[in-house]
Amino acid sequence: MSKTMNNNLISADIARGNMLVAITGDVVEYNSQDILQKIAHLIAQNPQKVTITSTQLGEWDSSLLLVIYETIRMAKTANIAYDVTTLPQNIQSLISLAFAVDRKPSHNSNNQGGFLERTGRSAIGILTKTTNVLAFFGEICMAIGRFFSFRSIMRRIDFLAALNDCGPRALGIVSLISFLVGLILAFVGAVQLQTFGAQIYVASLVTIGMCRIMGAIMVGIIMAGRTGSAYAATIGTMQVNEELDALQTMGLSRIDFLVLPRLFALLLAMPILTMLADIMGMIGGAFVGVFLMNLPYTEYWRYAFNAFNLTNFLVGIFHGFCFGFIIAICGCYSGLTCGRNADSVGIATTQSVVYSVVWMIVVTGIITVICQEIGI
Amino acid sequence: MSKEVKIDVRNLTVGYGDYVLLKDASYQVNKGDIFIIMGGSGCGKSSMLRVLTGLIAPLKGDVFIGGVNIAQGKEADVQKIRTKSGILYQSGALFSSMTLAENIMLPLQQYSDYSPATMREIAKLKLALVGLAGFDDFYPSEISGGMKKRAGLARALALDPEIVYFDEPSAGLDPISSKNLDDLIIEINQSLGTTIVVVTHELESIFAIGNNSIFLDAASKTILARGNPRDLLQNPPNQEVYEFLTRGEKK
Ligand SMILES: Nc1ncnc2c1ncn2[C@@H]1O[C@H](COP(=O)(O)OP(=O)(O)O)[C@@H](O)[C@H]1O
Ligand SMILES: [Mg+2]
Repeated sequence: MSKTMNNNLISADIARGNMLVAITGDVVEYNSQDILQKIAHLIAQNPQKVTITSTQLGEWDSSLLLVIYETIRMAKTANIAYDVTTLPQNIQSLISLAFAVDRKPSHNSNNQGGFLERTGRSAIGILTKTTNVLAFFGEICMAIGRFFSFRSIMRRIDFLAALNDCGPRALGIVSLISFLVGLILAFVGAVQLQTFGAQIYVASLVTIGMCRIMGAIMVGIIMAGRTGSAYAATIGTMQVNEELDALQTMGLSRIDFLVLPRLFALLLAMPILTMLADIMGMIGGAFVGVFLMNLPYTEYWRYAFNAFNLTNFLVGIFHGFCFGFIIAICGCYSGLTCGRNADSVGIATTQSVVYSVVWMIVVTGIITVICQEIGI
Repeated sequence: MSKEVKIDVRNLTVGYGDYVLLKDASYQVNKGDIFIIMGGSGCGKSSMLRVLTGLIAPLKGDVFIGGVNIAQGKEADVQKIRTKSGILYQSGALFSSMTLAENIMLPLQQYSDYSPATMREIAKLKLALVGLAGFDDFYPSEISGGMKKRAGLARALALDPEIVYFDEPSAGLDPISSKNLDDLIIEINQSLGTTIVVVTHELESIFAIGNNSIFLDAASKTILARGNPRDLLQNPPNQEVYEFLTRGEKK
């Protein structure tokens, strides 16, 4: 297009204290930086008046408007009179439209402040966050109290929908992943045990490993990724759509309405899913043992059942129960504290998964230490 | 002087699957018009707009925009007209993770060859045009609903479009903001020569800005009336249009 002959479309000069900006031809997609620099330079010489004229102006677009707008803005700031009366009428009215509102908005600047200020801010931030989390726990306890005294507004249908989502719909992925984890455990163990000729103990290794901890951990990670994050996204979107505000202004408890059904669903589903994961993991181990290491089928299961220990199994289930609590709380908390734009839903979702995983590890550590102390 | 036809809609059937909203509609929008698509809630105004902007394909019929038929569902055809049209959505639809200036620069980055500095300057100019001078570093969450619409309009104008579509521009605005937006629409129409298509059921806007219109009816699934809204009020062709334009007065 006309971009090649960019240079002579707009010219600027000063003659006897009068500055003239002349425009001609088709000014389309005009790259205005050079001419604007020149105009700024000329205005700095303080002419008495700036005149903008056009002759044989053909097609034009925003880039021309930009040059005129910027020129007038510079003239205005330098307190120099300007004349645009010979420009086409529509350009004149656009220019006056652009200058019609001339108030400086006040911006709450994102000034970060100095080191001390930032440290102080983040300390206060951590403090308020902790208070908020504690308050959230308090609210949940009260909501549970309301539930058991039959004063909760939790809808049964919400609970059933949540249960359907984190129960039956999660069976496939949980089965698949725990089967594979059992497989991997058996493989890794087999390589080591084979050197002692003790391959048969793969059965014990897989059984103890899955039941005591791995089953629960795998289910926890899967559910944090597929269910906890969904809680955060759903509730976060409700925040964006002002649905949470609506709930609150109707005097309905967000905890009763949104958190309790999800929490109860996960508390119920997680132990069961953990049990499933234990079984699938053992089947995965048997798969490796029987088909790849050629251990006798009955022998394998005999060792597996010998290694099975009800206490271990129950500790695993208890892990699952705790993880369910953590995932539901982290998911719902992230959703409820979500910001009000699309971005913050993404942040809330990420946050829910990260918090869930971190807290699951922390709680696993605590349970392990306690078990050690009381000798389980 | 016969006017240039900008949008030519022929025998258009709009709907979703088996659900037909409008049957065999034909109308034309002339260059430089402010064209109103009016009708009661749920009669398919937004759906019509989605067809015109190529977001959904019509069930049947043709839509010629500047001579290009976009109703064939060919992405390339739709793409051709996209850079020549701007759309202001009901809520502004600004991207919340970007400042106003960045929102406006986005189409410029995609479709123009300006240098980044020039793009930013153009963004500022467009904001100034809609009365938001100096707001370029604000995020959408930091401005009011009326301002969001203006900023959305600035973004719609980014590429100097030939047609600008508005979906219910005055929805959710106070009377003064709504009036100001109407004035802005007229100003842009006159100064830039932009063809404007407005979907609305706001009577005051309809009479203030429209110089041509169609009236969609959900019951008969047809265009019940067409022409300048003020003329329609003077000589209402039927009961439905009369009631609509007089807020339900019985004739
Ligand atoms: N994506 C969709 N799928 C099916 N039906 C839809 C869809 N979008 C809108 N509708 C239906 O089309 C009708 C008209 O909607 P719309 O075009 O938004 O009306 P208006 O903007 O005139 O109020 C409504 O009854 C709505 O239920
Ligand atoms: Mg609509």
